[in-house]
Amino acid sequence: MSNHLKDITLKIWRQSGPNDGGHFETYKVDEISDEASFLEMLDYLNERLINEGNEAIVFDHDCREGICGTCSLMINGQAHGPERATATCQLHMRKFKSGDSITIEPWRAKAFPIVKDLMVDRSAFDRIIESGGFITSPTGGAPDANLIPIPKPVADAAMDSAECIGCGACVAACPNGAANLFTSAKIAHLNLLPQGQAERYKRVEAMVETMDEYFGSCTNHGECEAACPKEISIDVIALANADYRKAKVKNRKQLARN
Amino acid sequence: MAQVLHGRGPVTATANKSRKKRPFLLDLYSTAVGKKYAMAITGIGLMGFVLFHMIGNLKMYFGAADLDHYAEFLKKLLYPLAPKGAVLWILRGGLIAMAFIHIHAAVSLTRLNRTARPVRYQSERDYQVANFASRSMRWTGVTVFLFLVWHLLDLTFGVTNTVGADGEFIRANVYDNVVRSLDRWPVAAFYILANIALGIHLFHGAWSLFQSMGWNNPRFNKWRQAFATGFATVVVVGNVSFPIAVLAGVVGG
Repeated sequence: MSNHLKDITLKIWRQSGPNDGGHFETYKVDEISDEASFLEMLDYLNERLINEGNEAIVFDHDCREGICGTCSLMINGQAHGPERATATCQLHMRKFKSGDSITIEPWRAKAFPIVKDLMVDRSAFDRIIESGGFITSPTGGAPDANLIPIPKPVADAAMDSAECIGCGACVAACPNGAANLFTSAKIAHLNLLPQGQAERYKRVEAMVETMDEYFGSCTNHGECEAACPKEISIDVIALANADYRKAKVKNRKQLARN
Repeated sequence: MAQVLHGRGPVTATANKSRKKRPFLLDLYSTAVGKKYAMAITGIGLMGFVLFHMIGNLKMYFGAADLDHYAEFLKKLLYPLAPKGAVLWILRGGLIAMAFIHIHAAVSLTRLNRTARPVRYQSERDYQVANFASRSMRWTGVTVFLFLVWHLLDLTFGVTNTVGADGEFIRANVYDNVVRSLDRWPVAAFYILANIALGIHLFHGAWSLFQSMGWNNPRFNKWRQAFATGFATVVVVGNVSFPIAVLAGVVGG
């Protein structure tokens, strides 16, 4: 038996475009099933707005399975809302109570300009990924599976970092608007694996320095780790810091040979 | 709908962009991660200072002769190999340089972080793990710096000491200067407050430096916060005991 939540008050950020100042608008949802996901609740509200001839609230979403990293939303001052290790799309209304007031804001960072309402442009993350370039690997016929042996703990650690879905919750949650958790997760995931060794130090230098162009700096609050829907540990930040230090020395030596 | 906000260049191999050529340390310092290294390294140096400063001051519990002799010993470090005061001035130079770099990095990173979020959250944030110490680093840092200025005026230059008002501040009489300064209860209260600020700063800083230095290992990770807490406690308890001891008459009574 599903229960219904009654009298939900939503305070939602509305902004008509990148150059609009934006403001909060209050909406009432009289009744909603507690089995509805948070985004379904917004769909429900949007349908009503459209039927009333109003403009729907724009928000990012795609797979709704918690694996694509498209959904965002600052819910009651927490990135992806109150549930740990959960993206907004996997958050359900059963986490709230009847009569609750819920405030929804977009991610806020200089590198994430607001496109409209709750949707932000996260392409600064793409710039970081691009600067990381590619890995050198043999091409040609498909290689045998497990051709390169990888110790299980190493594969696990790399997998933990590779879980990053690039949603930007780390930047949104960081009091400094830093992207160290995202960048470090991407660095750690390749730098831990044998396939990533050839470009290891070039990659970390390029990615860290590209990150610098858009984002703030890490002061080790740990808010990113708490907000991350994939629970990526700030241990990866230390790993990236160590690799960056080594890279600055090694790359300098290599460039000096030319 | 989504406008192009940044020009999209071709996807390239890594690190093709040749950066402006700079001396190694300046190049490292030009990035945020490099500045965090600078903060961590200078932080370690300054932590060493506050620890040994506290240990040295414990001499006041052995009496005036011991503390004054210790002050004399600092001047005679490596004497007669080095002239009197030479080593002390080298150490002081290092401390001033470290404090300067620490503050410069902190100010420039704070400015970077402010520009990284020009429009703040319009609703209240609900922080999950950021604690009072991590959120107040800038304020505790400023407090410690202002205290440092006062502290030098008080016990090194004697300007704000009571003996300074008499016009006969003798720097070598460390014990008497300390007792006469801390016997004023507002001064003692300021010392205690400033040291609590230092403790809060160390509570976060002494943990944070491990991350900034890239010192992360499952073998010792759980000890990092314990180390920071222990270090901060030792320094604060030692330092706060001095004004209390003077007010209670244990020292100089």
